[in-house]
Amino acid sequence: MSRTTERARRVAERVTDPELPMLSLADLGVLRDVDVVGDSHVVVDITPTYSGCPAMAAMRDDLVRELTGAGFDRVEVRVSLQPAWTTDWITPAGRAALAAAGISPPGPAPSTSGPIPLSLLPTARQVRCPQCGSPATELVSEFGSTACKAQYRCTECLEPFDHVKEI
Amino acid sequence: MADHIHTSAEDEHDSAYSGLLVNDAHWAFGTDFEDPLAGVDTTIPDGVDAATLSTYALMLGDDSLVMSHRIAEWTSNAPDLEDDIALSNIALDLLGQARLLLARAAKADDAVVPALPEGSPAPPEDALAFFREAHQFRNVRLAEVVNGDFAEATVRVLLFSVWRLAVFERLRESRDHVLSAVAAKGVKELAYHRDYAARWFVTLARGTDESRRRLITAYDALWPLWPELFDAHPVEAAAAEAGVGVDPATVREAAEAVLDQVLTAADVERSEAPRRSGVLGRTGRDGMHGEPLSRMLAEMQSVARAHPRGQW
Repeated sequence: MSRTTERARRVAERVTDPELPMLSLADLGVLRDVDVVGDSHVVVDITPTYSGCPAMAAMRDDLVRELTGAGFDRVEVRVSLQPAWTTDWITPAGRAALAAAGISPPGPAPSTSGPIPLSLLPTARQVRCPQCGSPATELVSEFGSTACKAQYRCTECLEPFDHVKEI
Repeated sequence: MADHIHTSAEDEHDSAYSGLLVNDAHWAFGTDFEDPLAGVDTTIPDGVDAATLSTYALMLGDDSLVMSHRIAEWTSNAPDLEDDIALSNIALDLLGQARLLLARAAKADDAVVPALPEGSPAPPEDALAFFREAHQFRNVRLAEVVNGDFAEATVRVLLFSVWRLAVFERLRESRDHVLSAVAAKGVKELAYHRDYAARWFVTLARGTDESRRRLITAYDALWPLWPELFDAHPVEAAAAEAGVGVDPATVREAAEAVLDQVLTAADVERSEAPRRSGVLGRTGRDGMHGEPLSRMLAEMQSVARAHPRGQW
């Protein structure tokens, strides 16, 4: 990797998720590739989280602004649709940052190969309270501060918290 | 007096509207959206007819768009906050699928995209959504019927997502890179939509006499539109033959097996309501729709059509 590419990558890796600002796009697993063509034309590949996620446009704009600000003349953000993003791509550092911010990180994502069996029971997850570490937690709502998080409550320390849903 | 004359720079600073168009990529219709397929391999696979691929993508895209709009009409009207958000979230997933599928249809064959006045900033997927007439929409009729009560929304989301998930599970193998990618992501979303609706189906069916009555009324009212989902339109058959699409007739058994599980858990008999016929054999996939679609489009398209060069 050339030094210019390395520098572009470092700048792109600084950009954070607009809804989870403690996570960089690299930690989220959304940033797939950063390449420099010629002298200062950067090509960034990102993977959408959800098909209609409204944060994608903000992520793209932030990448363009940061890289342009760092002196790259032309920034091209491309979409990488396959393989589809999964919460399994959130890095260990990203998971630690979520927990430190009081958000419970996702567990392993369910397998989606073959037919997906019907599930008539509420999604059961082993969720630990990010505040006190207690496993005594209960689901309040499948939707928290954003649609991709569920809201839980700790029955030990009584604090409510968000949990990033596995996909 | 001179003190009161603002310079244009001050005006810009004072106006709450200044800057609205500076960074507007997140606004909906009419903005300088980047291509949602930028960087995706959109080459048409060998031996595939461009018009077939385009029309097939349009059919799947129209299903998503119209269903998304109907479900979005629940926003702020659901029985409680959680279901309001759940339904909005389902609508948003479908809208995301629609955008990619309509963009794919336009990229495969731009002959499907309506011509817009010169200077219009609308990208092709927006032109397809906002500037076609009802008879040019290829969605199944289940997606377009007028919303009823919450039981109706439950049954409609269940029937739609059971069918569509069965199609998308197979579409993951499509030779077209865009369709296979949309399907791979879509199955995760549709599995959630299906399970959400299935749980409410069982809950309402096993709830009070009134909730059960409403659920069964909605089920009997929508069931006549179920067989249409599995009719193979010649375009779907051709797309399946070319390895880019799925013949819906081939997933009927799998879809009905899943639906039967829900009916059993809900203790509801399979409906015997007869299928709704088309007009001279033509149904949604042929562009034959009911009046509700025209009314829905009139509202959905009115702003875009009034301001085809608009930016906001």
